[in-house]
Amino acid sequence: MSSHDVVITGIGLVSSLGEGPDAHWQKLTQPGFQPVLEAERFAPYTIHPLPEIDWNLQIAKRGDQRQMETWQRLGTYAAGLALDDAGIKGNDELCTTMDMVVAAGGGERDEAVDAAILAASESRNDRDVLLNEKLTTELRPTLFLAQLSNLLAGNISIVHKVTGSSRTFMGEEGAGVSAVETAAARIRSGQSTHVLVGGAFQTEHSDMLLGYELAGYLHRGPWKPVWQRQGSEGGGVVTGSGGAFLVLEQREHAENRGRKIYAELGPVVSGRARRRRGELNAAIAALLKQAALPDGDLLTISAASGAHAATAAEKAVLDANPALAVRAFSTLTGHMKEAQFPFAVALAAMAVDRKAGYPVFDATVERPFEGTPTSVLATAIGYHQFEGLGLVKAA
Amino acid sequence: MANLRDHMGRPIVAVTGIGVVTSLGVGKKDNWAALTSGKSGIHPITRFPVDQLNTRISGMVDFLPSSSKGASHLTYELAETVAQEAVSEAGLDSGDFGGPLFLASPPVELDWADRFSLYNSDKKDGGSERLLRVARALKELDIFETTQFGSIADRLADRFGTRGLPITLSTACASGATAIQLGVEAIRRGECDKALSIGADGSATAEALIRFSLLSALSTHNDIPEKASKPFSKDRDGFVLAEGSGALVLESLEAALARGATILGIMSGCGEKADDFHRTRSKPDASPAIAAVRAALADAGMSEDEIEYVNAHGTSTPENDKMEHLSLSTVFGERIGSMPVSSNKSMIGHTLSAAGAVEAAFSLMTMRESVIPPTINYDNPDPAIVLDVVPNKKRNAEVGTVLSNSFGFGGQNTCLVMAREPV
Repeated sequence: MSSHDVVITGIGLVSSLGEGPDAHWQKLTQPGFQPVLEAERFAPYTIHPLPEIDWNLQIAKRGDQRQMETWQRLGTYAAGLALDDAGIKGNDELCTTMDMVVAAGGGERDEAVDAAILAASESRNDRDVLLNEKLTTELRPTLFLAQLSNLLAGNISIVHKVTGSSRTFMGEEGAGVSAVETAAARIRSGQSTHVLVGGAFQTEHSDMLLGYELAGYLHRGPWKPVWQRQGSEGGGVVTGSGGAFLVLEQREHAENRGRKIYAELGPVVSGRARRRRGELNAAIAALLKQAALPDGDLLTISAASGAHAATAAEKAVLDANPALAVRAFSTLTGHMKEAQFPFAVALAAMAVDRKAGYPVFDATVERPFEGTPTSVLATAIGYHQFEGLGLVKAA
Repeated sequence: MANLRDHMGRPIVAVTGIGVVTSLGVGKKDNWAALTSGKSGIHPITRFPVDQLNTRISGMVDFLPSSSKGASHLTYELAETVAQEAVSEAGLDSGDFGGPLFLASPPVELDWADRFSLYNSDKKDGGSERLLRVARALKELDIFETTQFGSIADRLADRFGTRGLPITLSTACASGATAIQLGVEAIRRGECDKALSIGADGSATAEALIRFSLLSALSTHNDIPEKASKPFSKDRDGFVLAEGSGALVLESLEAALARGATILGIMSGCGEKADDFHRTRSKPDASPAIAAVRAALADAGMSEDEIEYVNAHGTSTPENDKMEHLSLSTVFGERIGSMPVSSNKSMIGHTLSAAGAVEAAFSLMTMRESVIPPTINYDNPDPAIVLDVVPNKKRNAEVGTVLSNSFGFGGQNTCLVMAREPV
């Protein structure tokens, strides 16, 4: 144990299961809990929709809410939950010295404007001129700001006054891994005392589905758990709206201000397997080695997406290590892209803190875990590229 | 023998390779020649029709093979070109770089050309249903990869043999500086001996132009394009959208000296501070920008008096230049009136995600060449901004230290301090 250890002192979660650590714990520990699904709105795709949220609880000003679309609101809301949970929200001194690393994609386009342009393109050959006509007259000027990747962090600064520093990483699940890894490295080296880190994904928008479906990644047909989608119609990914933010803190800093510590964040490792060369299995196995796993049974919170190739590779490597008792939470939340790794780390920290594992999320594949988890592994193997994992330990 | 550790005991970070592309050309040689002769790269837009557009000029990079192939392809080519130049100059293996990659690049979206072609490849149903149905039948990953935020870095990692998971980042118009900062910090933490930091932006599409235009951010001085970008002038009316890229090979001074590399400059300090005032506007008292400058100086272990030249963010928007002047005059006091402060953007426009990296490259060259590039189009000074902007003509001067500013939407403020020689 060292004063520069990285500890987790705040967790902000939103998914179809609800909001906050308690709601998630309650549902995820109910044996046989059934996911919240929406199979009609985006048929043939099933998604896990947002729960009902009272945005006012974390974003007091209506004006601020109006400046954002759902993705930014969701992230700003989840960040607020984490700051509240860590006792940092509203504390000027802690907010102005807090660093921030956000994992982000892009915000929502105006679907009506896009649809009108596409419809008109069927009868126009001068499509570039058509674009100029429509975009100059029909785009809401401030929508651009709701789409910019770094404006989730920007809104967190405005709404929650986190202003130490602000960085946005892009790149799907890998961005979430790098965000946590970089934040932890800053704390360990003494560069930061407390860092807000996380991401959000709002899937209820056709472009957010298109981002997967341009490579045929989405699962179609009846919903199935993550591990059981091989061979089904489509590519295996079922998406969900949600967000996960963590407050990572230097142990000494957290102890000095008397905060509750959920867990310690141990090694976080990442990589970029050249998957086309068949390197993924070996790369995941190498990451497991690097993470210096403890002996004995190890609860493993997997952010597996269901994407056929990546999920099969992850399963093969995890299965080869009989000590790992795996829980793929996306079975119950759907895939939340940039938020996957922070979400996995949050669930791991909750298990360590509450000294209990989660029941199986899929009884046909996952095995029971008995005993008290003093360490929990969190994995995020990207549906298309990039992979990482982290070890969460009892504080 | 130079110190290998800085004032905080961290490894000193040297620059051993530099690459740059702007609308002025490919590579350091052409860019430097143009920049120091006060040449503008701003020109009429020809990449797409300008019907209905209020702004019809830009600093687009129109001379690369990918210039007409969409934002993702052009951004990749811009990044690859400068990375190749930088890695070659550093004398490192350009297929096996062996350090991490930090890429500042614009957020990606499905290009309209692809959206149109997908949509019109079919007639059934309409709207997003049609796009999704056509999308899932695609047999190639080409279009998909243009929509993945990590794909450009993934390709670059393959091409240059960088190590580990590459980081793609956005801090809006400060991105290029943040990419450098991340590289510096990784070396200082001892995670690596060298890092490749790139800022690249080839995203000047019609939609991007329209978006900035709707926010009233762009100059509409279309008639004489090369005169449109006029930082610190009274009649400045917005920035000029531009493309470009810059790359630095960063190396611990110790590792660089050990292999006999030429030291092109030192990355002495990085500072940042977020602004919570507004999505596009800065706090009126400029306190976040002031804090960012001061943080960079503190990180470098330098006092204000030790900075000899400022490579300004200098966008030519009414708001930025006023705020930047306020921040500089607050930090540097009376000395600011006699300190050279110039804006490369007067010639190359605003290269957005690339700007911090492009301007760091030019800052390093300013020190090496002992020539300060001018702020051109300075014909009508803003009386409220009293600065020595190195007006219109380059200046020969010994420059040992530079402060380079980058400020962006979303409250992003990042400053870099560079030095010619190790202390």
